[in-house]
Amino acid sequence: MPFIPHTADDIRDMLAAIGAPGIDALFDEIPANLRSRALDGIPPAASEMEIGRLMTERAARDGRRLNFIGAGAYEHHVPAAVWAIVTRGEFYSAYTPYQAEASQGTLQLLYEYQSMMASLTGMEASNASLYDGATALAEACLMAVRAHRKSKSARVLLPAALNPTYRDVVHAVAGNQNLAFELLPYDAKGGHTTVASLEKYRGQDITALVIQQPNFFGTLEDVDALTDWAHAAGMLVIAVVNPVSLATLKPPGQWGTKGVDIVCGEGQPLGVPLSSGGPYFGFMTTRMEHIRQMPGRIVGRTVDLDGKPGFTLTLQAREQHIRRSKATSNICTNQGLLVTAATIYMSLVGARGLAQVAATSMERTAQLVAALTRIPGVRLAFDRPRFHEALLLLDRPVRGVLQALADRGIVGGFDASADYPSLDNGLLVCATETRTLEDIEAYAQALGEIMTSAAAA
Amino acid sequence: MSNVPADLRYLKSHEWARLEADGTVTVGISDHAQQALGDLVFAEVPEAGRRVTAGEACAVVESVKAASDVYSPVSGEVVAANADLGGQPELINQDPYGAGWLMRIRPDDKAHFSTLLDAKAYEAALAAETH
Repeated sequence: MPFIPHTADDIRDMLAAIGAPGIDALFDEIPANLRSRALDGIPPAASEMEIGRLMTERAARDGRRLNFIGAGAYEHHVPAAVWAIVTRGEFYSAYTPYQAEASQGTLQLLYEYQSMMASLTGMEASNASLYDGATALAEACLMAVRAHRKSKSARVLLPAALNPTYRDVVHAVAGNQNLAFELLPYDAKGGHTTVASLEKYRGQDITALVIQQPNFFGTLEDVDALTDWAHAAGMLVIAVVNPVSLATLKPPGQWGTKGVDIVCGEGQPLGVPLSSGGPYFGFMTTRMEHIRQMPGRIVGRTVDLDGKPGFTLTLQAREQHIRRSKATSNICTNQGLLVTAATIYMSLVGARGLAQVAATSMERTAQLVAALTRIPGVRLAFDRPRFHEALLLLDRPVRGVLQALADRGIVGGFDASADYPSLDNGLLVCATETRTLEDIEAYAQALGEIMTSAAAA
Repeated sequence: MSNVPADLRYLKSHEWARLEADGTVTVGISDHAQQALGDLVFAEVPEAGRRVTAGEACAVVESVKAASDVYSPVSGEVVAANADLGGQPELINQDPYGAGWLMRIRPDDKAHFSTLLDAKAYEAALAAETH
């Protein structure tokens, strides 16, 4: 099926109208040595039937494993109705249609999504989503520099307990835009970021402090004290949060006395299945005073000529199709389909359902930690309260243990030793509401056998 | 026809400048500019204390149609910005040469002011633009 509406005749007529001999002639001004050649090593196109078979075979090789890995993406139950609705023809598009006269359904859904995210995070305004949690944080750092006009340094403090992938992406996206990042150590005992670690920055020009709650280790930060300290020191505060946790934890809009300035995070836990790292979606909310510095699209509610309510993109003067190179951001789209899933997920589970997901996940993780730390050679890294993830320390390299677990069909957690070499043999584990007590018992039994066998040491 | 007061100086990019008795220069956008932009919904003005150079983009006015940079007519230090615009950007539409002023700059070199377009030259520039 052709996806390009121009027929061969159309193309010939257009070329004739401008007097060009062929399409290649339109690219004449690009020097030959800069042109891409045919791609090497790419096999010829396969049919849908062939691809379907190949993928089914490969998926079978993965098998059905018992998963205890989180580290930024989480396995939650997604009610069957969510994707049944998302894949309806009215929603199921690779592109997000924004035309107000043709897309009221999509625009209303995005508006509802924004309302839900603003409410969940305790902020005043939300955009229509960004690519993923890590790029949302990079955008939030750039936004903070634009919004904090008194600060000239473009220096941003990142906790070492921030998801290391987010740190890498923030450096990659914002590091070349004259932002400087400084790493805050985590407390060796609690695994959290302390106000004491901020003291050395007192009196300096720092644009923003990033706080992840829960942090990468699953540990809960002292968000009120950190937020108040940063505000008193003249910094903006950026919160990176797991949206599910907000059903039980205090929303960032209420951290400290003033609440944070920008909230962002990964939206995947809201109805998006695990899928080799994506596609997921990022979210971002803020206060009204900063809304013109927020990247992405924003849907607003308005009335038409007859006074009937309707929805349309708003505040577009920030965006690159109007402001060109001076646009707030070059992010000009959103993850429409995944946001559709998240909106339907939230509307189906509701506030109480989301609170149950959060509470059950916390409880399962507590049970998992209790079961695993009974095994000799396994201990808990940090003693602070946590959400649904915990860092364990093993008495031997993590990699061999994870391999032995994988041989038994268990994905045992995230090997944190490469990102945190100073933590001896760190294993980050997570149990959501999808893990049963039997699952946890099966993991504990397998790990116990592996840890007592000399071979794995 | 737009209003081009004779006692002000102008830039081709539609800013006006007024030399005040205390030696500072008040800056805004011309009546023509506010008409062309339509209803203004937001104005971003520089912080007092900021150094600007002549020709530098130092403020932004946003209407329902477009967002445009405002260029400084002179080099110097921003000594005041119009805080009323935060809540009432429409002042620029209603009174572009009065309550809709954007910022006040203490120029490094007062002589530079006299090199700006006078009303006649700006009117000529406007006429050239429309033809």
